[in-house]
Amino acid sequence: MTIWPTEREYLAETDAFDTVDMTINVGPAHPATHGVFRMILTVDGEMVVDCEPVIGYLHRGLEKLTENADYRQAMGWWDRTDYLAGMSCEMAYCMAVEKLGGIEVPERAEYIRVMMAELSRIASHLIAVGSFGQDVGSFGTSFTYAWRERERIYDFFEEVAGDRMFPTYLRPGGLQMDLPENYEPRLRWLINSIRQGIDDLDGLLTGNEIFVERCRGLSPVTTERAINLGLTGPMIRATGYRWDIRRAVPYSVYDQLDFEIPIGNGTGDVLDRYLVRMAEMYQSTLIVEQCIEKLPGGLVLNPDLPKTLRIDDAECYIRTEGTKGEYSVYGMARGGNKPYRMKLRSPSFCNLSALKELVVGHYVADAVIILGSLDIVLGEVDK
Amino acid sequence: MSFGDHIPWLWAWVDVVVRVVIVALVMTLIVMYLTYGERKFLARLQMRLGPMRTGPWGLLQAIADTFKLLTKEDLRPAQADRWVFEIAPYATFVPVLMVLVTLPFARDWGVRNLSLGMFYVFAALGLNIVGILMAGLGSGNKYALLGGLRAAAQMISYEIPLVISLISVAMIAQSLDLNVITELQHRRPFVVLQPLGFVIFFTAMLSELHRAPFDIPVAESEIVGGFTVEYSGIRWSMFQLTEYASMWAWSVFGSVVFLGGWEWPWGGDVGWGYQLFLTFLKSFLWIASVLWIRGTVPRLRIDQLMSFCWKVLLPLSLVQLLMNGFIIVYGWPQELLFATSAVGAAGLIGFIVMRGLHRPKTPSLVGTYKQPQGSSA
Repeated sequence: MTIWPTEREYLAETDAFDTVDMTINVGPAHPATHGVFRMILTVDGEMVVDCEPVIGYLHRGLEKLTENADYRQAMGWWDRTDYLAGMSCEMAYCMAVEKLGGIEVPERAEYIRVMMAELSRIASHLIAVGSFGQDVGSFGTSFTYAWRERERIYDFFEEVAGDRMFPTYLRPGGLQMDLPENYEPRLRWLINSIRQGIDDLDGLLTGNEIFVERCRGLSPVTTERAINLGLTGPMIRATGYRWDIRRAVPYSVYDQLDFEIPIGNGTGDVLDRYLVRMAEMYQSTLIVEQCIEKLPGGLVLNPDLPKTLRIDDAECYIRTEGTKGEYSVYGMARGGNKPYRMKLRSPSFCNLSALKELVVGHYVADAVIILGSLDIVLGEVDK
Repeated sequence: MSFGDHIPWLWAWVDVVVRVVIVALVMTLIVMYLTYGERKFLARLQMRLGPMRTGPWGLLQAIADTFKLLTKEDLRPAQADRWVFEIAPYATFVPVLMVLVTLPFARDWGVRNLSLGMFYVFAALGLNIVGILMAGLGSGNKYALLGGLRAAAQMISYEIPLVISLISVAMIAQSLDLNVITELQHRRPFVVLQPLGFVIFFTAMLSELHRAPFDIPVAESEIVGGFTVEYSGIRWSMFQLTEYASMWAWSVFGSVVFLGGWEWPWGGDVGWGYQLFLTFLKSFLWIASVLWIRGTVPRLRIDQLMSFCWKVLLPLSLVQLLMNGFIIVYGWPQELLFATSAVGAAGLIGFIVMRGLHRPKTPSLVGTYKQPQGSSA
């Protein structure tokens, strides 16, 4: 018993000698899939001729769960969508609830939120870049380099909120609590450490001929095609299109902050996506620094909030720039202390839908790299 | 009048059996601690501690791993081709053991010195591929099949520049006897005469060992271990043994051929203890450089790998062979050997470094990355 048809079986069907395509199952437990994702690859030798993504292994019914929980209780579920950047998901959810209820947020809270969202972005991009290096084949060195800085960010989260991955630090109407007293030297040290770490990673990966040669020109996407596919975040910025919700549709206090939107060379290949992430991490450190300088005093939670949030008929659509792309929330309230509907437009899911087009025609080894360059988080894909 | 005198070949056989057993035991010990050493070394590169729990500094980790592997269940997938699957680990391991027969660890320390030693070594190591193909085809697993075929393509391609670079050394030495080659390096190791050959040999050796950046057959982030994916327990440990034993065998062989083995520096004048020390020092430095490369570089793609072999290494090794031929046949001065080969080696290394310096041109990115300015969006 073998995995391919025997010569006799095969020749009975066709007269000509030909090769047979082989189906390889990658995932759901595979080091390249970054979670429980499954690709069914049809390969002709080493070339991918077809790719069928299978998702849903991490489906937890986030949206339905949110409908059955109090506005504040549901927060905890939203941390777990993009679980590499819990704070920025919380921010999107809180903004949706605030828009529904017309709740004011103190300015100090807004600055701290932006600070936390940007730190999450750095943490998420660090994982993206570090594990991408591992996909390309460096034996975990890029991963541990990235992991060091990410751990330091999470240590800071722990000091601030008491938890590392799922801090539940934000509240509709502000924050759970203020920053600790000694946050400033701590944060400045953290930013220096992150910059050092980015430089280390840059030297290790961008300075490596093999790495660059593996990524350059791989699965290019044009801007038009990226828009048609619904790609957002670093995926579309890599094509050379300066599209960032933080600038295009400014929310929170992003319009008062000074930062650049890194874009790629216009080819939109895997190397560009990687470089955009590297540059974005540096920009995020700048944003955090500005937040420290501009941080106003005052309360961090709206004092006029009732004990139980009850929102009458309302509807909203909130767009934020999540770590993987446009992280948008459609919210609907029909009275009571629970949302009627909370719909998440998750960037990973939309980016992942382009996988087949990007992967087909490349080597098996490159399929893994392309998947890594999409930077998906399965918590966000499967919701 | 002892027993053996009546049958004179007996002592030779007893002698050879004792030597083989000693070499095999030392090899096993070295392999066990090479796995530990690799884990510690890579951990240092990656800001980790590595094994720390088993014994002081994790020193007993190797022993614990050995016992774990020996006591694990030996699984065979239902789809596997039974005998091919079960014999494959031994078919990969035996060639490596065969190689150890003729390696000179010191002047008189080796199992047997063969007058065609170098030829024997690469003939025996070439057999390795049979076992790997057997494992790939017999496992009944598609990852294993891909891994086995990748390994076959890669090892057969890289054997050619490898052998040609060794033939270049044999031309200078006018011998294939490893002891003679070592003694000829009394004043200077052959790496001085053949830097290009050394670079080609080292690169091709990495490929033969499927270590990074040529670990395509076992790529753990793509085909999760390649041909070893279905093996467990003792059979998997045979693959592990093969990998590390061949790494050690290659490094001893490489240091004998290029770095002067037990002879240079001053090895011939001092005793066997110093010679053994030299052999082990050189082979461990060699292994450390292999591990260092593994901790730093990503993996090549299969087409890049092939084009590097056929378009870069093979022509360069042929040029090296041709130069050596001219210089030796016409009796030109030996310094010319160094000069021509060094030009070649500098060319090869320069070619790689120049490509490395050609960093991605991203003015829009690097500008923002290095010198943040005002917002532009």
